[in-house]
Amino acid sequence: MVVVLNGKQVEEEDGLSLHDMLLKRGIEPERVVVELNYEIVERIKWKDTPVKNGDRLEVLKFVGGG
Amino acid sequence: MGFYEKYLEYKAFNYEKYFERISDEAVLRIISKDVLEELDFLALLSERAGRFLEQMAVRSRQLTLQHFGRVIFLYTPLYLANYCVNQCVYCGFNVTNDISRKKLTLEEVEREAKAISSTGLRHILVLTGESRRESSVDYIKQCVEVLRKYFCSIAIEVYPLDTEEYAELIEAGVDGLTLYQEVYNEDTYSEIHLKGPKRDYLYRLDAPERACKASMRSVNIGALLGLEDWRKEAFMTGLHGKYLQNEYPDTEISVSMPRMRPHVGQFQPKYEVSDRQLVQIMLAMRLFMPRAGITISTRERAEFRDNLIGLGVTRMSAGSTTVVGGYTQEEKSGGQFDISDGRSVEEMKRMIYGKGYQPVFKDWQAI
Amino acid sequence: MSDKLMIGGKELNSRLFLGTGKFPDNRLIPEVIKKSGAEVVTVALRRIDFDSEEENMLNYIPKECILMPNTSGARNADEAVRIARLARAAGCGNWIKIEVISDNKYLLPDNFETVKATEILAKEGFVVLPYMCPELMTAKRLRDAGAAAVMPLGAPIGTNKGLKTRELVKILVDEIKLPIIVDAGLGKPSEAAEAMEIGAAAVLVNTAIATAGDPVIMAEAFDLAVRAGRKAYISGVGAIKEYAEASSPLTGFLND
Repeated sequence: MVVVLNGKQVEEEDGLSLHDMLLKRGIEPERVVVELNYEIVERIKWKDTPVKNGDRLEVLKFVGGG
Repeated sequence: MGFYEKYLEYKAFNYEKYFERISDEAVLRIISKDVLEELDFLALLSERAGRFLEQMAVRSRQLTLQHFGRVIFLYTPLYLANYCVNQCVYCGFNVTNDISRKKLTLEEVEREAKAISSTGLRHILVLTGESRRESSVDYIKQCVEVLRKYFCSIAIEVYPLDTEEYAELIEAGVDGLTLYQEVYNEDTYSEIHLKGPKRDYLYRLDAPERACKASMRSVNIGALLGLEDWRKEAFMTGLHGKYLQNEYPDTEISVSMPRMRPHVGQFQPKYEVSDRQLVQIMLAMRLFMPRAGITISTRERAEFRDNLIGLGVTRMSAGSTTVVGGYTQEEKSGGQFDISDGRSVEEMKRMIYGKGYQPVFKDWQAI
Repeated sequence: MSDKLMIGGKELNSRLFLGTGKFPDNRLIPEVIKKSGAEVVTVALRRIDFDSEEENMLNYIPKECILMPNTSGARNADEAVRIARLARAAGCGNWIKIEVISDNKYLLPDNFETVKATEILAKEGFVVLPYMCPELMTAKRLRDAGAAAVMPLGAPIGTNKGLKTRELVKILVDEIKLPIIVDAGLGKPSEAAEAMEIGAAAVLVNTAIATAGDPVIMAEAFDLAVRAGRKAYISGVGAIKEYAEASSPLTGFLND
């Protein structure tokens, strides 16, 4: 399947959960926030949320700012 | 919230104790502040601050010049009727007073208007006693419609009205309201308003706010000095003015500090206010509310009024009479009180020019 | 003497809020926070770049600090609301600094959109601190919309020009019964002190500290300046005498 992750198209194996997809990329879950198709997904639901073909994912974290 | 909540906030306030603690340094520091807090204002009304009138006057003069320039607005009162259902112990119109009662017909209103406007005045304050039967809102409205032909600004000083009634009069051409609480102390209020609808303290207290809600362009408030401890009454007047300024920034708020004058009736003021004290109130008001208009009427003596120009006053009445039909009629009805400064508009004009100020007959006009 | 600042139910001892952008090295930040005494620290929310190794800012901010994410990047109210909700979902509290900028030339905030975003977010239970151009009517609308504080700029963001908006900020201090926090433009500790002297409840400083030769020492300098200014304000600045002491030309008539 193909998903749009932070604005970029990426290939992913089918049936992957949100949690596994982020873990694969070395993300520390407690430090980020995820929006799936413009809806915020709570951290506790990541394991039960499958990623589907065509999904748009935004993964954000805190950086320096004033 | 209404202003009553603010009144209650200070009801149990220990004024005496507060006044005791005020030092010379505190007074001087307050005088030089840009923005005064409520208690700063109260400090300026203290006996101790009374020793610093000159310093207060310098600051007041500077603020007044900055906000108003070298001008004095002139107006005159026009009494439409002196029928009244109230028993206010200090007022000549008191229902129990045996005075001749009168109400102007529309033709008489027009005649008075002509006489007044021939002096050059374009701002007028119309007054009635409280009688919804004799001086109904409808009657006032009809008078205003006549007066519009002669005056560009019409203010009313009548019994308190509902918001809708104020809106109705504004629609007819009224742009200003003068309404004195007379006395802010609720207990004293009840003691000296013996009978009639005026006994309703809260309805009167909230009337200036109702006028603001109806989008009145200017609202003038005050306490009748002599009825209560003037320091507290002046304090409440200032707080009331500030409250209205904060809540209704589109209405111009003015304050008056009318001292009791001789009138028909037995009542004598319990708390005399001296010239010095009156000046102190005026200066404190100016420092607390730099943008507020300050009105000094012909209740005050000519020479005293002349000296106030440049200290903080922005509006003065001229060529006044408190008698219904007083500008044109020979046969006089009973007046509300005796005036002190009987000079004509022309004389006032010369005096103001002589002080280096411009007398303004027409401040603005709604278009 | 206790002189605490209350915002959003939190009691703050420090009136210096710290921004974390533009530091030469994020590893300086813990020491900067410590020396500044700041309890409220601003961060921004950004997309993770999966192609490069990035540090997480939260690793540098002590747990006891209140995090105040900003909505930088938002060009209108809707975008600000979206960012605010994301920030809250990241699980770092419910404070939000609303920053809506649709002007890339001066980077001035859009007051109109800021009011709209404040209204929405305050209703959703956020502690909203809107960054704005100092303007009384907007400040009143922000107050009515439920803002927890109002944050007028001292000068355009990042300019280090100082308290250029002094007169306008003073009006907000006098008229708005909410903490007024001067945000943006303060370049020197003396300018932070000036803001505090005229009655600002706090200041938010980022660029001036982050771009100083030694950010840690500058953080301490700002802390001292903010304390000094605050003490000057609460102690009541002495009278500036502009009047003659002896004669009384204006009130002499009363002595007759």
